[in-house]
Amino acid sequence: MALTRNQVEHVARLARLSLSEAEKETYTEQLSRILEHVESMNRLDTSNVPPTYQAVALQNVLRADQPHQSLDRDKLLAQAPDHEAGCVKVPKITEG
Amino acid sequence: MAAASTYKLSATRLNRLFLAGELSAVEITESVLQRIKTVEPKVTAFLTITAERALERAKKLDSRRRAGDTELGALAGVPVAIKDNLCTDGVPTTCASQILKGYVPPYDATVVERLHGSGALIVGKTNMDEFAMGSSGENSSFGVTRNPWDPNRVPGGSSSGSAAAVAAEEVPISLGSDTGGSVRQPAALCGVVGLKPTYGYVSRYGLVAFASSLDQIGPFARDVEDCARLFSVIAGPDRRDSTNAGRTPPAIKFGGEPSLKGVKLGVPREYFAAGIDSEVKARLDEAIRQLQALGASVAECSLPHTEHALAAYYIIAPAEASANLARFDGVKYGHRTSGASGLLEMYGKSRAEGFGPEVKRRIMIGTYALSSGYYDAYYKKAQQVRTLVMRDFEAAFAQFDALVTPTSPIPAWGLGEKTEDPLTMYLADVCTIPINLAGVPALSVPCGFAGGLPVGMQLIGKHFDDHKLLQYAWAYEKVTNHAAARPALEGGL
Repeated sequence: MALTRNQVEHVARLARLSLSEAEKETYTEQLSRILEHVESMNRLDTSNVPPTYQAVALQNVLRADQPHQSLDRDKLLAQAPDHEAGCVKVPKITEG
Repeated sequence: MAAASTYKLSATRLNRLFLAGELSAVEITESVLQRIKTVEPKVTAFLTITAERALERAKKLDSRRRAGDTELGALAGVPVAIKDNLCTDGVPTTCASQILKGYVPPYDATVVERLHGSGALIVGKTNMDEFAMGSSGENSSFGVTRNPWDPNRVPGGSSSGSAAAVAAEEVPISLGSDTGGSVRQPAALCGVVGLKPTYGYVSRYGLVAFASSLDQIGPFARDVEDCARLFSVIAGPDRRDSTNAGRTPPAIKFGGEPSLKGVKLGVPREYFAAGIDSEVKARLDEAIRQLQALGASVAECSLPHTEHALAAYYIIAPAEASANLARFDGVKYGHRTSGASGLLEMYGKSRAEGFGPEVKRRIMIGTYALSSGYYDAYYKKAQQVRTLVMRDFEAAFAQFDALVTPTSPIPAWGLGEKTEDPLTMYLADVCTIPINLAGVPALSVPCGFAGGLPVGMQLIGKHFDDHKLLQYAWAYEKVTNHAAARPALEGGL
């Protein structure tokens, strides 16, 4: 299926990627060709085939709910681009 | 009694010599660091070299040995390199991406803890395709790793540096990660041994996630015994990875007369289809005859859904990646744009500036496949095809102990040759991808040369039959001389 430029812009918004005009153009063409290849799957009748999400069947892996030592806060904050008073700091979250 | 060529020794031998007091850990480390210094300008396998940390650990190990400590470990005194998507406490971990440039993890991956616990000496972090997305190593944003057999060719990927470092004798062993062939394919193209363990055998805790249902950490080595030694150290239960199978692999013993008597091997015809290089096919045919000479029975078989596995993979892996890579948003770690006035703009720009073209491409495909209105047509369909691919393997393993295929249909290609069209690069993974979808183990072992470039044979096994694959590969290796072949780096590149 050929993707339109509008669709590419919509997907980029969903993915939180600010693409350049040149990237939008390249991806419109490249993604269309990749999807075209992927659609070869449609030749297979899978109406009675259950999906597999994980190859080694493990379900509901539980552990005891016990407190344990977590990572050091200062060490974690040291990796944040910006922080203040023990919190990660970000630009304003409301627009306008 | 350190010699100038100490770095050439296998991990198994280095460990023995160290434990016997014939070589100190410091001598071994210095020899390896010197070798890295000499050939690294020609290969560029490393992103970070941790010489001081390695020497410090080596000194401690030497004191412990002198003090009579007898619990030094299966890799005591052995230098090892690890892929730069494995978290190392206090040492940068970049996934070869601008978005993680300068990132220093606050903890060690489970495999790193296990390496330290076994006495291994981590000498550096290796180059890779950005976030493990690629088949040539060329998607690294920090430079290109070259194939030690021919500097104008790719080493394969995505674990490009880990494969090249072992082939160039910079380290005896290394770790990579394999989501669709990223250990086996570069192992084949660089002429070394590489294992993709059964899904769930090795903890993924501390491996920066690409596609969580496919990712598995695996070892590289120059011979099968070293590969098995490293696998035994990293595999096993870990409660910090809820997809870990909680199993410890059986002790793997090598020795005696190499024999494959009673072993039933299948040769799936789809893996020898159009597109396979004629010399690669010839090497495989010879290898299969050698497996027969060792006593194995060999018969042709079919994995009918092979051609659809690639399509399913290129939906499933990007879909999982688009979710996993959502965490790189400029908030808690990694790159943040300098020019954003609001939060949404900060997300979009930080990600656009930090991710390279292939990573963006896969995030886009994955996001599209999971988006409202397309989920059933792409993502669900791909997961149904995955079931069919798994059934193919189940049916084959009802008849055979293991399957034999080429690892890559072609030997190493020229740098820049496949970068224009992403689809041609994707098609190079056709022999390795179905294995990850099924979660079964597979290894690549050298089986000769095509036009002077290494060729790899892939052995595929049942879930948790990793030890059997290693034993079959060991028998094959014993009756050939491929493990002794080394690239002539000294001749100058």
